[in-house]
Amino acid sequence: MSRTRSKGWLGALPLLAFFALVFGVPAIALVVGAFTVQGRPSLANLAQSLQGGYLNAMIGSVRLSAVVALLGAVLGTFLAHAVVTSRFTLLREAVLTASGVLANFGGVPLAFFWIATLGNSGVVSGLIGLPSGSLYTFWGLVVVYLYFSIPLMVLVMAPALDGLRPQWREAAANNGATAWHYWRFVALPVLTPAMLGGVVLLFGSSFSAYATANAMVGTVVPLVTLKIASALTGDVLIGYENIALALSLDMVVVAGLVMAVYLPLQRRSSRWLH
Amino acid sequence: MAALTGLEPVAAVAKPPARPRVWRGVVFLLAAAYFLIPLGASFWYTVHTPVEGVSLSAYGELLTAEGFVRSLLLSLGLAVATIVLVLLLSLPAMLAVRLFAPRLRPVMEMLCTLPLVVPPITFVAGIGTSLRVGTDVLAPTPFWRTIIAVQDPGFPVVLVLAYVVLVLPFVYRSLDSGLRTMDVRTLVEAARNLGASWPYVVFRVVVPNLRSALASASFLTLALVLGEYTVASLLGYEPFAVWIVTVSGSAGQLSVAVSILSLLLIWLLLLAVSTVFGREKQK
Repeated sequence: MSRTRSKGWLGALPLLAFFALVFGVPAIALVVGAFTVQGRPSLANLAQSLQGGYLNAMIGSVRLSAVVALLGAVLGTFLAHAVVTSRFTLLREAVLTASGVLANFGGVPLAFFWIATLGNSGVVSGLIGLPSGSLYTFWGLVVVYLYFSIPLMVLVMAPALDGLRPQWREAAANNGATAWHYWRFVALPVLTPAMLGGVVLLFGSSFSAYATANAMVGTVVPLVTLKIASALTGDVLIGYENIALALSLDMVVVAGLVMAVYLPLQRRSSRWLH
Repeated sequence: MAALTGLEPVAAVAKPPARPRVWRGVVFLLAAAYFLIPLGASFWYTVHTPVEGVSLSAYGELLTAEGFVRSLLLSLGLAVATIVLVLLLSLPAMLAVRLFAPRLRPVMEMLCTLPLVVPPITFVAGIGTSLRVGTDVLAPTPFWRTIIAVQDPGFPVVLVLAYVVLVLPFVYRSLDSGLRTMDVRTLVEAARNLGASWPYVVFRVVVPNLRSALASASFLTLALVLGEYTVASLLGYEPFAVWIVTVSGSAGQLSVAVSILSLLLIWLLLLAVSTVFGREKQK
């Protein structure tokens, strides 16, 4: 047994090697490329990626993701609470299943759904007299992104809300707490980690979304993913690829920062919900 | 009424059931409107034209549409290859970590979560650069053929490699929860002591116990690969999701029809996952 024991970890080797090659090499290429201008080490790409139109796109992406994450978190929590406290098992199951489907429904088809609904020749936009082009704006994107963000939040929050024991509410009420007191001092503190996790998840999924935005707004709304794509596909001058790499590095840093804020908060958490 | 009588908390407990029900109804109505109207409107969009009236021709056109079958087959092929490769890589690794190298476990967990943090588009940027540089650097060596073959437009292996990384977090999570439900160490040691070879242990002892976890990992991978757009389009290939965008320019109705079908497909796949898992729970 000792011989197999010492060799057993070799089973993990293919995956590690694969990861080093397929994830590691592009990561190195990304970092090296971001710091290279015409074959020489330089900070020019990064500097340029944080100016003018590129900076606007980054700010636009962060703003969009933040708005979607906060709105989605609040609305999703309300919906999850309505679902969890509902007495109709069938309705509850239906909403949770639908959330599972819609949370996975992003990308190109989502954009086409909304274009068919509220786009320039959409079915509903004509009925309600929506001015043409209003879907292809910042707030149009928010409305569309909420379509997968709210269900995602419902999936995150439903188990957490299920974990709230009715006894806590009774205990609070017996001590003279109002509903507001109960939520402010008992339920929300217990739910905070799950909500934060949801916000981070929602932020990340909108921040990195490209397919929906590309199919929907093209370049009307400045977003960092759209900028990276146009710099990569080379419809601009040679040398812009490295700007794309610098922008990508900026994106990874933003995503990493969001995770770095979230992880310590999450670690202190879920003492009550298990 | 403002005076505290001590009876009020009791009244407060008795009251809530009436109010939240109205509130809940409003929430459900708003949610239903927001989520169902686009569904209905999209369906109407596909079946109704001012000229022809109502017809299902958009769905009929699908099969004959240029590129539909080709792109769908390509996507399915990529999905199958991704499923096979990701399972071949992750299952032995996870078993090895569980049985022999528990200290590798945090490393593994981190590696398998990393792709979630990194936006796919930045991953593509890195892959594209590596391929370009790699083709130049490897040109004088025999590996050049490999890197060219990997990018074959008929079956882009590079997409399979990228997809394996992208689905790793989901596969890891479902296999991990599957492995949690069984005592791997005891099972494997018992089988080994009875003289079973390693392949026998893996395929006849471990895999059958993991059936539902493997199925859910495969379904999730299938759904992800079929809908994947970012990586494929930026590397210049045309699987299914990229084809829909191409066709949307000339045939709007068709692209919305495909979108509805893809929602149905996701729904079916998730249904399959939940029935597989549901059956497991009942055992």
